[in-house]
Amino acid sequence: MRITCPICGERDRREFYYQGAAVALDRPEADAEPEAWVDYVHVRDNPCGMTRDLWYHEHCGSWVVVTRNTATHEVIETALASDIKEQGA
Amino acid sequence: MRIEGKGLIDRGQQINFQFDGHSYQGFGGDTLASALLANDIALMGRSFKYHRPRGVLSAGSEEPNALVTTGLGAAQEPNVRATTLELHEGLVTKSQNRWPSLGFDLMSLNDWAAPFLGAGFYYKTFMWPKALWEKLYEPVIRNAAGLGALSGKHNVETYEKAYAHCDLLVIGAGPAGLLAALTAARAGADVILAEEDTRTGGRLNAETLEVDGKPGAVWAEEITAELAQMDNVRIMTRTSVVGAYDQGTFGALEKVPHDVSMRLGAPRECFWRIVAKRAVLAAGAIERPVAFRNNDRPGIMTAGAVRAYLNRWRVATGRNVVVFGNTDEAHRTVADLQDAGVHVSALVDARHHAKCDLDVPFYAGAEVCDAGGGKRLESVTIRTAKGTENVQADCLAMSGGWNPTVNLTCHMGGRPTWDRDIAAFVPVDGAVPGLSTAGACQGDFSTHKCLEAGVAAAQGALDDLGLKRADVVAPAAEDGVYDIYPVYAVPGKGRAWLDFQNDVTVKDVKQAAVENFQSVEHMKRYTTQGMATDQGKNSNVAALAVLADATGRGIPETGTTTYRPPYTPVSIASLGAGAQCKGFAPERFTTSHKATQEKGAPFIEAGLWYRPSYFPKAGETHWRQSCDREVNMVRNAVGVCDVSTLGKIDVQGPDAGAFLDFVYTNAFSTLKVRRVRYGFMLREDGHVMDDGTTARLSEQHFVMTTTTAAAGQVMRHLEFVHQCLVPQMDVRFTSVTEQWAQFAVAGPQSRDLLNDLLDTPIDDESWPFMACGEVSIGGVKGRLFRISFSGEHAYEVAVPSRYGDSLFRTLMTKAEALGGGAYGMEALNVLRIEKGFITHAEIHGRVTAYDIGMGGMVSGKKDCIGKASAARPGMVEESRERMVGLKPVGEVKELIAGGHLFDKGAEAVSANDQGYITSVGFSPTLGHNIALGFLKDGPARHGEVVRMVEHLNGVETLCEVCHPVFFDAEGGRTRG
Amino acid sequence: MAFSGWRVLKEGLTGNKGWAPHWRDAAPKDEYDVVIIGGGGHGLSTAYYLAKNHGISNVAVLEKGYLGGGNVGRNTTIVRANYFLPGNSEFYSHSLKLWEGLEDDLNYNVMMSQRGQISLFHSDGQRDAAIRRGNSIRNQGDDAELLSRDDVKRHLPYLDYDQARFPIYGALLQRRAGTARHDAVAWGFARGASDRGVDLIQNCEVTGIDVEGGVVKGVQTSRGAIKAKKVAIIVAGRSSQVAAMAGMRLPIESHILQAFVTEGLKPCIDHVVSFGMGHFYISQSDKGGLVFGGDLDMYSSYAARGNLPLVEHVMEAGMTLMPMIGKAKVLRSWGGIMDMSPDGSPIIDKTQTQGLYLNCGWCYGGFKAVPGSGYSTAHLIATDTPHTPAARYRLDRFFTGRGLMDEEGTGSQHNLH
Repeated sequence: MRITCPICGERDRREFYYQGAAVALDRPEADAEPEAWVDYVHVRDNPCGMTRDLWYHEHCGSWVVVTRNTATHEVIETALASDIKEQGA
Repeated sequence: MRIEGKGLIDRGQQINFQFDGHSYQGFGGDTLASALLANDIALMGRSFKYHRPRGVLSAGSEEPNALVTTGLGAAQEPNVRATTLELHEGLVTKSQNRWPSLGFDLMSLNDWAAPFLGAGFYYKTFMWPKALWEKLYEPVIRNAAGLGALSGKHNVETYEKAYAHCDLLVIGAGPAGLLAALTAARAGADVILAEEDTRTGGRLNAETLEVDGKPGAVWAEEITAELAQMDNVRIMTRTSVVGAYDQGTFGALEKVPHDVSMRLGAPRECFWRIVAKRAVLAAGAIERPVAFRNNDRPGIMTAGAVRAYLNRWRVATGRNVVVFGNTDEAHRTVADLQDAGVHVSALVDARHHAKCDLDVPFYAGAEVCDAGGGKRLESVTIRTAKGTENVQADCLAMSGGWNPTVNLTCHMGGRPTWDRDIAAFVPVDGAVPGLSTAGACQGDFSTHKCLEAGVAAAQGALDDLGLKRADVVAPAAEDGVYDIYPVYAVPGKGRAWLDFQNDVTVKDVKQAAVENFQSVEHMKRYTTQGMATDQGKNSNVAALAVLADATGRGIPETGTTTYRPPYTPVSIASLGAGAQCKGFAPERFTTSHKATQEKGAPFIEAGLWYRPSYFPKAGETHWRQSCDREVNMVRNAVGVCDVSTLGKIDVQGPDAGAFLDFVYTNAFSTLKVRRVRYGFMLREDGHVMDDGTTARLSEQHFVMTTTTAAAGQVMRHLEFVHQCLVPQMDVRFTSVTEQWAQFAVAGPQSRDLLNDLLDTPIDDESWPFMACGEVSIGGVKGRLFRISFSGEHAYEVAVPSRYGDSLFRTLMTKAEALGGGAYGMEALNVLRIEKGFITHAEIHGRVTAYDIGMGGMVSGKKDCIGKASAARPGMVEESRERMVGLKPVGEVKELIAGGHLFDKGAEAVSANDQGYITSVGFSPTLGHNIALGFLKDGPARHGEVVRMVEHLNGVETLCEVCHPVFFDAEGGRTRG
Repeated sequence: MAFSGWRVLKEGLTGNKGWAPHWRDAAPKDEYDVVIIGGGGHGLSTAYYLAKNHGISNVAVLEKGYLGGGNVGRNTTIVRANYFLPGNSEFYSHSLKLWEGLEDDLNYNVMMSQRGQISLFHSDGQRDAAIRRGNSIRNQGDDAELLSRDDVKRHLPYLDYDQARFPIYGALLQRRAGTARHDAVAWGFARGASDRGVDLIQNCEVTGIDVEGGVVKGVQTSRGAIKAKKVAIIVAGRSSQVAAMAGMRLPIESHILQAFVTEGLKPCIDHVVSFGMGHFYISQSDKGGLVFGGDLDMYSSYAARGNLPLVEHVMEAGMTLMPMIGKAKVLRSWGGIMDMSPDGSPIIDKTQTQGLYLNCGWCYGGFKAVPGSGYSTAHLIATDTPHTPAARYRLDRFFTGRGLMDEEGTGSQHNLH
């Protein structure tokens, strides 16, 4: 499995650490309802198909949002998490 | 029997080898199988269940019968295919799964008991009496099962792993693969051509067919020579591509030839990870045996194998051969045999319409329905419309048609489709992204079609790669029509084998269907069909044809089982190459390692690091003596300890303080410059993640320490929080663990020792408790932190790593002069338990700040990671197991980490469980054992006597619950 | 038809003509008391115990593919009861006891082989954790022994004691742990359930769950609508998809776990050996293949296949621990889809929809749970009260923070358990 780090280019999966769904970018406000926090920390859409998840490229220290297919392992797109976060913010 | 003719062997190179204790000779280019057949050895193995005598079935890696054990001592290797084992001088081989000998195998009694040993018999019996299953039945089954044996000795040979990258990977170097490689190579693509055989050519080496007006093998050699001269081509023979993985990654096993692997340091095998932008599968096809009664007699083999032995190795597989088939290849087999002067006594063609222009007794629309003989075929029975006829034969060449080798196309979940015209499964396009197929593996069975397909597949790949197509035209070659009349199993009584090795017969498959194992997966699992070392390459299609018939379904509807990697079995040693001994994980050494070794200190693992356990002195015979001395030394004089393994992370930027406020539970933005603060961070789920001190060196510059084990995790966490949650914060992180050597100097005389070293002496005023800053040591710029993990007046001094060794030695010497010295992890542990300081023994991932008595350190004024989850009601309940100290108060003084706690008088069972002990040490300061642990509602129970029960060592101790700080609770020594 | 050695003899002597289907293939009826979605190990055992313990046999098990075709058909067959946290401890203890009587109960030889599991440790800290675990096991009434390094040498002389990267300090031994023939477990429960009147319906994919006014009414399937008073989702690996049909989102992420088997070998490994530092565990099947595995591939996936980095890591762990297996050849590798929960422990609970039950989150520990899970789930469905050994497997524990069972201590990152 190979993933394209937006900074370093295509690299072997060995160089990456997998974190989980990219929902981790959307941290609730500190005073959000408990349900929002349970959703954020524990509950997952867990799609069979397209998903966005977070990988850490250990060689350059980038957190990368990977858009990929969980049924086929096809990688569609990668982007720096910080770019996505800043654009979204 | 070896016959005249050139073949592809080197008659000038005579090779001596052994099989089952007997010496034989073969030639260069021989496999064990060809050499044994040349020596008229037909019996090469025994089957798995019935121990039926078996000869070679094939001439390739799919061989199910002729498996042998090679090598001696630790080099012993079981289950080696005689058909692919290259002969070399002095090769020692033996047959396997027989007792006492291959010729006389007592276990073949199983064959007589076959009526009771049919499919799945073991699920229905061996249940009574119950105790006998493990005492008798299972051991007997285990000993009877298995094929060859491991030596039981540690591997002593070298294996390797490697990476390779290319534009185009061509898998298989038969006619299709060779032309695919040539086409791509001439266009300038970087090509890897992988071939599992020792030479390129594929079936051309086994046939008498011509390509471009030359013998096929000669043509293949010429193309190979051209490829070998091109810089952009790498030809990898003896390399089996075993798996297709994501994004163009392929696994391949290269077997290094014996003469090369014998060289010093050379590996026996190399496992390759090949990353290819495009791939062409040209893996050929595997011939199907036909199931009929006693079709497993030695001497019965595939027609393709008979031709291979004849044409490539110049070995006649019999003196009197019958050929049975359902395509024109049966006729070609007869022609080849007759040309070589081998007698053919019958040609049996299952096709009614078949015509024969050869001088041979010909049976059209007929089938072979039985085979006579024991350890060697003696006769076959031919059934025609008119009746049956017995024909003498010592070899039967059979062919049920060919199965395209679709395996790799199915490794990523693809399923092949049934092609009625060729009565076989063919691959589905695009089943593996970037991989196309060419030649026989996609059902092109004429040589010319293979050549054309090779060119076409390469041209397609060149298009994808954006390279200009090369002008390659497929040369003239045989272009026959594949005309097949499907025959999978010949009807009749008796046992007809499908899976030779696992002894699965047509009857077994039918019985499975009767018992409702009708899904192809159920049939496989119930009968073990296809689960042998060939993974059904020889037998699966026929077996599912039988199943389809038995269940009244068609073959496509019945479907296949799943094709899984590896295509051919791969040694654990090659896949795990490099890890044996210490290679499994990196070893990290501190700068004081050598000096510590010189002191005779035993090391223990701390994560990937090695740290000293204790520093033994002359006369000390037990680690406790050393440990007690070192603890006393720190409490009374001064001790030195390397703490470089703790993670050190440089945090810099205008928002560094605000950022740390967010990751730590307590505030760091309020920390003054030149001061240090203790903090811990939570995971977002509210549990404690890690703890440590963070120093503020300047307004925008902090240095964070983490625990040894969590350094990497914390670094990643910081980057996560920054990049994914608060990228607007201007802050950066760098791991500087390796850059700084850091030593704890602890004890009442620590300042005296340091002042002896520092270019500018310090005092309480310039360097109070929790102060930090830059210092100069002999002109070297370092850092000094007044922090303490021992409860004593203590410092940690850091210098660039290159000065670590020198500083450690100096510190040790000076400490010794003051009545102190170096201390190790044992003493460090006792010192911190005396003070109630936690490590990952306590913050083991399941505790909250509340549990460790630090709930108050979660600031109410600000948000931080984990704060919301930590506030869940179940996370702050009094009944939770919370940290306490424990000391023995009864007659038994022993405490054991891992022991559980119970109310005095309560039975030691789960329902009464009150908690457990995490850390234990003998405190020389207090003169007894002390422990940290977790107890339900612990802080409210100080003074209560509870019972520690440790079943595994049989220890029960009454202990008093107390505050976790055992020593100097006011902290006067630290500040003093 | 009762199975026995006599029966095998009699059939053998009379041409093996008397064997009958092990279970009935049923066509779906219009309505059932209970519909179980998922014909894997847990679904089949739930059906069996519903019929056997509670007399509820108007039950259908709906299976998308073939019975036992999920993780019960592709695991490493280990059975043990060596958990240490309340909840897991009592549950697996109960399940192991059921295993010990399973052949008698099912009249089916599932080849339960209590050959003992040896879990190695490699530091003082790991020893302390092993002692804590061992005592939890003993407090629960199950067996655990502490082995010294020399003890381990006697049991496992073939490990590399001198060179291994992580030296062997000792081990925890559970003698009653072992292996079982995984497919046979599914088939045995299928046969037992079928004999008691349960309809086993293969090739029947559930496409919808009918809920009206907060009450479950039945399911839509590829073979038509089926009404049901109660519906249980027991589809580990696919839990999120099926639960979504009832409008639920779960604390589950699906991951790949690979496993491996070598070619057949004469007996050489007599125990289940587990090497936590290397995420490696191994045993030898009765057929002679070394069956082993390691950690997850570590990315969410439904592909039921993995990649090389993990393959190699597992083999590397094997080579550092027991370099005598180097010349064994890997014959087959496969991947299963694991229902990973945030604390690594499963869920057996009611849902907010009346009559809808959930059994999921088995991570990679589901095989040994097969009897216990079915027993407890059947109890829950039949009585609407939790079965005591599974009472802590609540869905709301992530909301309350109460009773989390994080054996690994890694927190709510699903793949780290």
